[in-house]
Amino acid sequence: MIRARGLNKWFGEHHVLRDVDLDVARGEVVVVVGPSGSGKSTLCRCLNRLETVQRGEVVIDGVPAPLEGRELAKLRADVGMVFQSFNLFQHMSVLDNVVLAPVKVRGASRTDAEKSARELLERVGIGAQADKLPAQLSGGQQQRAAIARALAMTPKVMLFDEPTSALDPEMVGEVLDVMTGLAADGMTMVVVTHEMGFARKAADRVVFMADGQIVEQGAPAAFFDSPQTDRARDFLAKVLTH
Amino acid sequence: MSVLLDHLPELWQGLLVTLQLTVASFVGAAVLGVLVTAMRVSPVPVLRALGTAYVETFQNLPLLVLLVLVFFGLPEIGIKGPPMATAIVVIAVYQAAYMAEALRSGVNSVSKGQAEAARALGLTFGQSLRLVILPQALRTVVQPLGNLTIQLIMSTALAGAISVVDLTEAAKRVNLQEAQPIAIFVGSGLAYAAIAAAVGYVTGRLERRLVIMR
Repeated sequence: MIRARGLNKWFGEHHVLRDVDLDVARGEVVVVVGPSGSGKSTLCRCLNRLETVQRGEVVIDGVPAPLEGRELAKLRADVGMVFQSFNLFQHMSVLDNVVLAPVKVRGASRTDAEKSARELLERVGIGAQADKLPAQLSGGQQQRAAIARALAMTPKVMLFDEPTSALDPEMVGEVLDVMTGLAADGMTMVVVTHEMGFARKAADRVVFMADGQIVEQGAPAAFFDSPQTDRARDFLAKVLTH
Repeated sequence: MSVLLDHLPELWQGLLVTLQLTVASFVGAAVLGVLVTAMRVSPVPVLRALGTAYVETFQNLPLLVLLVLVFFGLPEIGIKGPPMATAIVVIAVYQAAYMAEALRSGVNSVSKGQAEAARALGLTFGQSLRLVILPQALRTVVQPLGNLTIQLIMSTALAGAISVVDLTEAAKRVNLQEAQPIAIFVGSGLAYAAIAAAVGYVTGRLERRLVIMR
């Protein structure tokens, strides 16, 4: 579904992605973990070209990601994205947030879009909040609304860029539950996260990044129980002791 | 006082012209201002440069110079319009530069994540701007736009220089006959103040209505 080859990116002098290759199969859940500054968020944002790479290419569902313009917008419509800071549109109701893109991008009728939006909001457990403004919701509810907004485009793949990092601890679970449900339903997902429990439970494959490179990858059980590299052992020792 | 009542028809006519100038050039300035803002934040370098050139040009010329130049200069190259239309167009073009700058500061106040989320959903640049960014940007710049509108009302007093008989020009003409400057100009000044107060009132109401929670 996603094939990324030889991705290289520099922020000025800083080489944030070094020759990263990543393949994600249809229905696969890939969880990307690693220390801060390892380039995992940047990798995620490069997959739908919110960040551009200086070298390398991304192919989504057999189509090379176009560089700009309407073609790129069309590609992005098929790739859902959930951000750390939710980024719900502040000036419109939760329902309108979910309805906007299906109507404006897909050309769906307002009635149909509203019907499926309400179903989606119900599915992520915030049906009762549909007519509120984002700021009236808790962080966990906002993030679930953001997931519903992305799902409304019936994307081929969903990217999650640290979806629980901005949440109060007691709200992390409700968001992870929605994501686990999605994974179980067969959604293709790339998830950048610090939630090791989620990685172990929901991932088909864990990708470990450090210093802009993919250092190690494998099935969650293998990765967490017997990491092959020193970097991964070191990282796991730090995050799993608590 | 009686001088104002004696000449009420002329002054009233002048006030109507001032209101027409205000409304028409405000609409023009708002539309142009949004367009110039869109250019200034667009991803296309040529459009950005054009937008910047527009703002720099019109912010750095006195309105009076512009009015006189267009009204007396353009006929020499064969472009000639009636005074009223010329005044409306020139004031709109001039004020649009200021409106664009106010709007741009509003656009910059909208967090980057909003535009990223819009793009990630597949909205084009134009759609993101129109549906997501500008509606939020507008809400933060209601007050500065209100101030610019008041400034625009005052600018219309320059239209007399190209023979538009607005309130100020009407007052000047009445004063030539009557030589009672204090009564005449305090009277017309109060009329401007009343219009400005009305705009200020609307701005305040709008700002309270449109405020968004973050």
